[in-house]
Amino acid sequence: MNDILDIFGMILLLIGGIFLFLGGLGIFRMPDTYNRLQAGTKATTLGGMSVILSVGILEPGWFIKTLVLVIFIALANPISSHALAHANYKRGNKPYLKGGPEYDQYRKVFEPEVKETKDNTTEKVKEEETA
Amino acid sequence: MLNIIIYITLGFMFTGIFFSTLRFILGPTAADRTVALDTLTTIAMALLVLLSFVYNRFIYIDVALVYGVLGFIGVLVIARYLEGAL
Repeated sequence: MNDILDIFGMILLLIGGIFLFLGGLGIFRMPDTYNRLQAGTKATTLGGMSVILSVGILEPGWFIKTLVLVIFIALANPISSHALAHANYKRGNKPYLKGGPEYDQYRKVFEPEVKETKDNTTEKVKEEETA
Repeated sequence: MLNIIIYITLGFMFTGIFFSTLRFILGPTAADRTVALDTLTTIAMALLVLLSFVYNRFIYIDVALVYGVLGFIGVLVIARYLEGAL
């Protein structure tokens, strides 16, 4: 029983280390701020939770405290990621979109009249095509 | 067996810390640096918990918890400041 728990903890530790490394690599190689945010926050959340839970499994007396840490990471990391993305968007740093700026769905939250202008442009394009 | 896996995990973690620090130094805007700081905080929390297992000291887990709370509040305050609301 103890050997099975040790092997499970070791596998979890290795998975956590690999995901922490992938988070650091993604934050270095990604081209955009939003891509960096996504790579650096989600991979690091999984890696940190895995490493801390593996320590709790390898040393069963510490399990409750490591569980508190895991719950804290699961609550705090998405909140900080969301706050950073919101602040970065509100600061004027628009994400790179392949189809053009009208594919930016989050813009409607700040400028409610964007939807009407988008419809007008599409109607204008249709009129030009018919003419 | 456990020693080798702990060494491999520490190597992965320090490589991640190296790349995050590089982004923290090179980052073009302030938001990139803050993202790198957030990543560094989470990796350092995991590193402190792993070191508490290696050195067999229970107190380092409390240090990791306090460090995580302070890093979380710091990132929130910096994000609030970047928004222009502070």
